[in-house]
Amino acid sequence: MDPSTSSTVTLDINGEKHTLSVDHRTTLLDALRERLDLTGTKKGCDQGQCGACTVLVDGRRTVSCLQLAVAADEREITTVEGVARGGRLHPVQQAFLDLDGFQCGYCTPGQICSAVAVLEEHAAGWPSAVTDDVRPEAGPPPLTPEEIRERMSGNLCRCGAYPSIAEAVARAAAPARTEDEEAVA
Amino acid sequence: MTTAPTAGRTTRAGAVGTAHTRVEGRDKVTGAARYAADLPFADLAHGHLVLSTVARGRIRSVRTADVLDMPGVLTVLHHGNAPRLDTDYVGMLGVPPDPTAAVFQHDRIPHAGWPVALVVAETPEQAREAAEALVVTYERQPHDTAFHAGRPDAYPADGHMPAVTEKGDLEAELAACAHVVDEEYTTPEEHHAMMEPHAATARWDGGRLEVVDSNQGTTWVADDLVRMFSLEPSAVRVRSEHVGGGFGSKGLRAHQVSAVMAATALRRPVRVVLTRRQMFSLTGYRSPTAQRVRLGADADGRLRALEHRSLNQTSTVWEFVEPGAGPARVMYDADAHRTANEVVRLDVPSPTWMRAPGEAPGSFALEAALDELAERCGVDPIELRLRNEPGRGPVSGLPFAGHNLAACFREGARRFGWADRDPRPGVRREGRLLLGTGTAAASFPAGAMPSTAAVTAQADGTFTVRIAAADIGTGARTALTLVAADALRVAPERVRVRIGDSDFGPAMIAGGSAGTRSWSWAVTAAAEELRDRLVPGAAVPPEGITVRSDTTAAIGALTPKERHSFGAQFAEVAVDVTTGEVRVRRMLGVFAAGRIVNPLTARSQLVGGMTWGISMALHEEAVRDRASGGLYGADLAGYHVATHADVPAIEADWVDDPDPDDPVGVKGLGEVGIVGAAAAVANAVWHATGVRHRSLPIRPDRVLRAGGPRV
Repeated sequence: MDPSTSSTVTLDINGEKHTLSVDHRTTLLDALRERLDLTGTKKGCDQGQCGACTVLVDGRRTVSCLQLAVAADEREITTVEGVARGGRLHPVQQAFLDLDGFQCGYCTPGQICSAVAVLEEHAAGWPSAVTDDVRPEAGPPPLTPEEIRERMSGNLCRCGAYPSIAEAVARAAAPARTEDEEAVA
Repeated sequence: MTTAPTAGRTTRAGAVGTAHTRVEGRDKVTGAARYAADLPFADLAHGHLVLSTVARGRIRSVRTADVLDMPGVLTVLHHGNAPRLDTDYVGMLGVPPDPTAAVFQHDRIPHAGWPVALVVAETPEQAREAAEALVVTYERQPHDTAFHAGRPDAYPADGHMPAVTEKGDLEAELAACAHVVDEEYTTPEEHHAMMEPHAATARWDGGRLEVVDSNQGTTWVADDLVRMFSLEPSAVRVRSEHVGGGFGSKGLRAHQVSAVMAATALRRPVRVVLTRRQMFSLTGYRSPTAQRVRLGADADGRLRALEHRSLNQTSTVWEFVEPGAGPARVMYDADAHRTANEVVRLDVPSPTWMRAPGEAPGSFALEAALDELAERCGVDPIELRLRNEPGRGPVSGLPFAGHNLAACFREGARRFGWADRDPRPGVRREGRLLLGTGTAAASFPAGAMPSTAAVTAQADGTFTVRIAAADIGTGARTALTLVAADALRVAPERVRVRIGDSDFGPAMIAGGSAGTRSWSWAVTAAAEELRDRLVPGAAVPPEGITVRSDTTAAIGALTPKERHSFGAQFAEVAVDVTTGEVRVRRMLGVFAAGRIVNPLTARSQLVGGMTWGISMALHEEAVRDRASGGLYGADLAGYHVATHADVPAIEADWVDDPDPDDPVGVKGLGEVGIVGAAAAVANAVWHATGVRHRSLPIRPDRVLRAGGPRV
């Protein structure tokens, strides 16, 4: 290992620490895919334009193709493989499945990671470009379809599953509804 | 082997027609589904393509020596050392291979972004750095990439249909008509931009070439590799389990061929993944079109003259016809009727099939012209179309197997609220927004192609279907599960469908809106015969009982008819008079697309097609730089496809329309959703602003420049 071209990093991925030596040029995306066999995270453009590689780094949405692996040292990373807990799908995943929020499925891991973060960002009161009242004391704006679409717009879906994805995010945001209510929805 | 069943044996056990989530859905939402570049291989080497930086000329030198000394580099393949390929053949779909895929065969450069070398190294980073460091020198020659109407070197070309059809005296009829529309329409270069880049891993395994790929037909790609590399058919296996979108682009391309060359040279597995930028010159695109439509009608809107001419560009190495004049041969008759598809050869990459080839751009021009005619005649646009429904194929003279366009318009008009529409343009204002609604008709051929399938009854009471189908997001795997379950008269949970493996035998590709229909036919044929063979109460032997089908004879025996899916598209837009931005507020499509196998995924596909229509109408445009011959911004930032914020709630539904000549009643709906969608948006923009936009996309600057008193 040549220290001028590679370094040892520890990546905390989905609650598990991985220590590995990486080429300094290696992106977080390639480290996940090529080194750790975590291929759920997809490479759509490798330029930060499509969102397919979206993961959560310290809880925030990140396009992993634009993050070098060495810059993710000691960070907490959540990939699509870590969204479900104990074999039970996350409400976002379940809603995508039930409402057909995907077609080819290639953008789906990024859409799901993004959606999980959108719900957290919204609950924390973060405004978006379409939020009417952006004062901190205003609290979370209503999670309208327009809010969801705006907040999800960094994730392209060429199959055109956007309407189902927006519905799925809305459904996942309302976990309090009972199954009976779901059935008539 | 069994022959296929004919109509009349259709089973109605109940799985077909019932919404079913995707059988691989859980794998796709958890990241467990493995796509082509996701499968691990021991001792894998990585190839990175090097593309030409000039648009026309010859390669003078490929300076490999410096690159071969770089860390990890294993080899550099180029025209000086690559094996010779056979390209003198006609492939499975009836066309010769695009030479862009037959890499490194000569020193000529026919367009910018032509593959000139493959650098193979131990890691992707090493391969990419070496590929970027490789110096290739060229002898430059002048190039011509200027596409426009009226090119003197344009010529009529057949493609998949006759170049020209003609009847009646067009000029005489036009001269006698009360109302005439004579307009030119243009559509830009558009790219498939599926989310998963083309990727292939090739390796030799016990004398067999195995390619793990992302494609729309494993037997299609395997057949091309067999012919190109002069191999025995049994010596090639292509697998493609999950495919991240295709839309016409995922056949044989430079990545598979260069990976096979490298795996052969190095005797180890080699993976080649195209970068997003490389995809813009290596994997086909929809050609720009320049179209002219002339319509002549009586005072009451009955067509007496119709002419539709469509010009597209193709490369100097491959002739591809984007048959924009095709829809007019199906949709509308007239006493004088002339259609023509023409191409011009330029120093540009080869275009190819892209979702609704011909119909997508052709329907924009034709359906926008119909809207203009409706305005001139003072007839409602829907009524105009209903008055001009042909009783038979306008060009073929054949009867329609089903023509449910009127039912689509009636149902769509009711749900959209069309009856309340004020036909006057530019009169609805909401603050700085002008509002309008538009409609257009859609059609797409409903075809079936020969396929083979195998269905096995297992001793445990389950069934396995094997067919070289491809699920590129269509939901094919799920649809075939439902079709097989009904044919076997068992619950879908007892059926496992395996696809994406050329070892399963010849099958139609996922294309031409004919995948599900073709595969369903073969699966039904095998499953029904298997059901007949199973003796009630008797045990199935441990090896199972397998029945194979081949639909070649049954499909060959189909009576020639005009077979099409139809649809009615509706859009409402808001045009911002200060920014020129057009936003689609709602969209409705009602389709007659055969029997719907899985309503959940069928709706998704139709909505996806309509989303493409929005994107085509308002966003998509690849701009070619005449100086360099390449594209400006060949990436997903420079080439914008509709994203979440661009797409409103879209409603897609259908009318009852089973195909009487298909064992399952299926037609196909992968493409009809985009057809007419851009025209519906453009017609709505006219209704909002009073300005006709005949060039796509309807960009803000075009809206502002079109000006007029209302914007």
